[in-house]
Amino acid sequence: MNQEETKTTINRRKFLIRASMGFAGIAAAVTGVPVVSAFLAPLLNKQEEEWRDVGALSDFEIGHTRMVRFEDADPQSWSGTDARTAAWVRRDTESGFTAFSANCTHMGCPIRWEADAELFMCPCHGGVFYRDGTVASGPPPKRLAQYPVRVADNQVQIKTSPLPITNITD
Amino acid sequence: MNKVKKIGKWIDDRSGFTETILPLIRHPVPASVRWAYVFGSGTLFCFILQVITGIGLSLLYQPSSQEAYRSLQYITHQAALGSLLRGIHYFGASGMIVLVGIHMTRVYIIASYKYPREMSWISGVFLLIFTIAMGFTGQLLRWDSNGVWSSVVAAEQLGRTPVIGTWLARLVLGGKTIGVQTLSRFYAFHVLILPALIFIFVGFHLYLVIRNGISEPPKAGRLLKPQTYRKWYQDLLEKNGKPFWPYAAWRDILFAALVVLLIIGLAFTFGPPELTQPPDPSRLYTTPEPDWYLLPVFALYALMPPAIESYAIIIGPLLIITVLLVLPFVSNKGERSPVRRPWAVFGVICVLTFVLSLLSIGLKSPWSPNFKTRPIGPAYSHADNPKITFGAVLFYKKGCQYCHSVHGQGGDNGPDLSIIGRTWNIEQLQVQIVNGSKDMPAYGGMLSQQELSALIAFLKEQK
Repeated sequence: MNQEETKTTINRRKFLIRASMGFAGIAAAVTGVPVVSAFLAPLLNKQEEEWRDVGALSDFEIGHTRMVRFEDADPQSWSGTDARTAAWVRRDTESGFTAFSANCTHMGCPIRWEADAELFMCPCHGGVFYRDGTVASGPPPKRLAQYPVRVADNQVQIKTSPLPITNITD
Repeated sequence: MNKVKKIGKWIDDRSGFTETILPLIRHPVPASVRWAYVFGSGTLFCFILQVITGIGLSLLYQPSSQEAYRSLQYITHQAALGSLLRGIHYFGASGMIVLVGIHMTRVYIIASYKYPREMSWISGVFLLIFTIAMGFTGQLLRWDSNGVWSSVVAAEQLGRTPVIGTWLARLVLGGKTIGVQTLSRFYAFHVLILPALIFIFVGFHLYLVIRNGISEPPKAGRLLKPQTYRKWYQDLLEKNGKPFWPYAAWRDILFAALVVLLIIGLAFTFGPPELTQPPDPSRLYTTPEPDWYLLPVFALYALMPPAIESYAIIIGPLLIITVLLVLPFVSNKGERSPVRRPWAVFGVICVLTFVLSLLSIGLKSPWSPNFKTRPIGPAYSHADNPKITFGAVLFYKKGCQYCHSVHGQGGDNGPDLSIIGRTWNIEQLQVQIVNGSKDMPAYGGMLSQQELSALIAFLKEQK
């Protein structure tokens, strides 16, 4: 066995090891693609927002705020109650409505409308909002999020919306 | 008999128990390793208890958003010994968190994290994170209203991450809102991903004990010198080392047995935490609250200055994790004895005081409006004076009483107003009610002139 042949053998072995490792790497990476995609599914699925009827026009009194319940956009057949959501709708004028998200802007807890006090209150850390959704006291960093709301065929409708997430810049 | 022996020998030969495994469990440890060292293995046995009771629960639990709550009702109230099983799993989680804390404190106090055991500390920091994540995801799997809102709270916290916050929030929720994937995700985290990570890291954590040996109890004045330590430690083991099994292991086993018996005793006596309302996100009249071990964080969110909170939610945990990971690199040698490291001991006392204070105030949650308060009785509302009586009614109806107490009725968020009439005059009361303050809504827009004066009249009478 001369020097040249040995070098060739060594190079071949190196190449074969690298090629094997490379193929294994490809196999692992390809396996990962659908798994990662399952993990990222919530970001990849496009979802159309929809208008939902939340009550007849006559159910809302001017100057009053009441809870409405509706279904999220695109609920699955096995969603059960998890697809249900709620919001607070205020009828400001004859045709003017405001729909507030029911999530406190602090940690997302469910705020409740205290009709006599005319305040939204959060049970978690004591956040309070005025009837127009601005912060009255407590830790919330910004006013309540609002959902698109409209009147169509004597029905008040809310547009389904993502859960409002407070960002660091808010 | 001979045949049995032969079979035993065959198994031992083919499996290599005597040759490979036995030396591992009989690895030498310093004879001075005693009761201070039982907390790590105690945590491990709690983890094993969690795995076993978790498997038991998984036989009865339905990880589906439609059925989870009902299956938990079944486990808690109908299944034979189901309540005990859930109770053990709950108190086991509590035990694991408490023991992880004690174990970590012990390691820090006697500086076991120093050379050559930096990796043990680092893997331990990850195990701490995984353990807390297990606690959080576990209470969420009850999928009662607490569970639902816990997932929202988790999403909101991740939402504070710069730039990618909203994406992270949607990844953890499994969508733009709570939905079919929310529970599935947390189930996968709690039952598959996190336990797998814990198994891997525990394996590594234990392997490191074999690799570097268990740290010897420190002695004041005996400095750790990385250049000579391994040699010195070998000599120590040769001079007065003892096999781990059974000379040190018996303490671990006895302690673990007592811990497990205590957990079962607590589960038997107190049972698992009762479920809250059904998991309907459209039910808004609910008061979410985490299990006790997350109350310190819950309390922190109520007490932090709002201006820095969004930053603190992200920077705080990152800072803590960074400090913990960097610790064995900045403090790697020298003195290990707590007697000579007073600042380390002081730091531990500060952290413990901080966490326990937050826990104790979290148990009371004075910042939450007291929605259950009842109208105050006639003794303080002056039935003979209609204006004051009206003021008392307003004090209740306008929500004042959710945050303020009078004569033992009401909330604890704001000052107790039982004797406010002694010190505050009418003008002060009026300014405060109309304009509010940082921690109180301005009631100017919500009260008529007549209501305002009735409320003031009522408060002026409180003395």
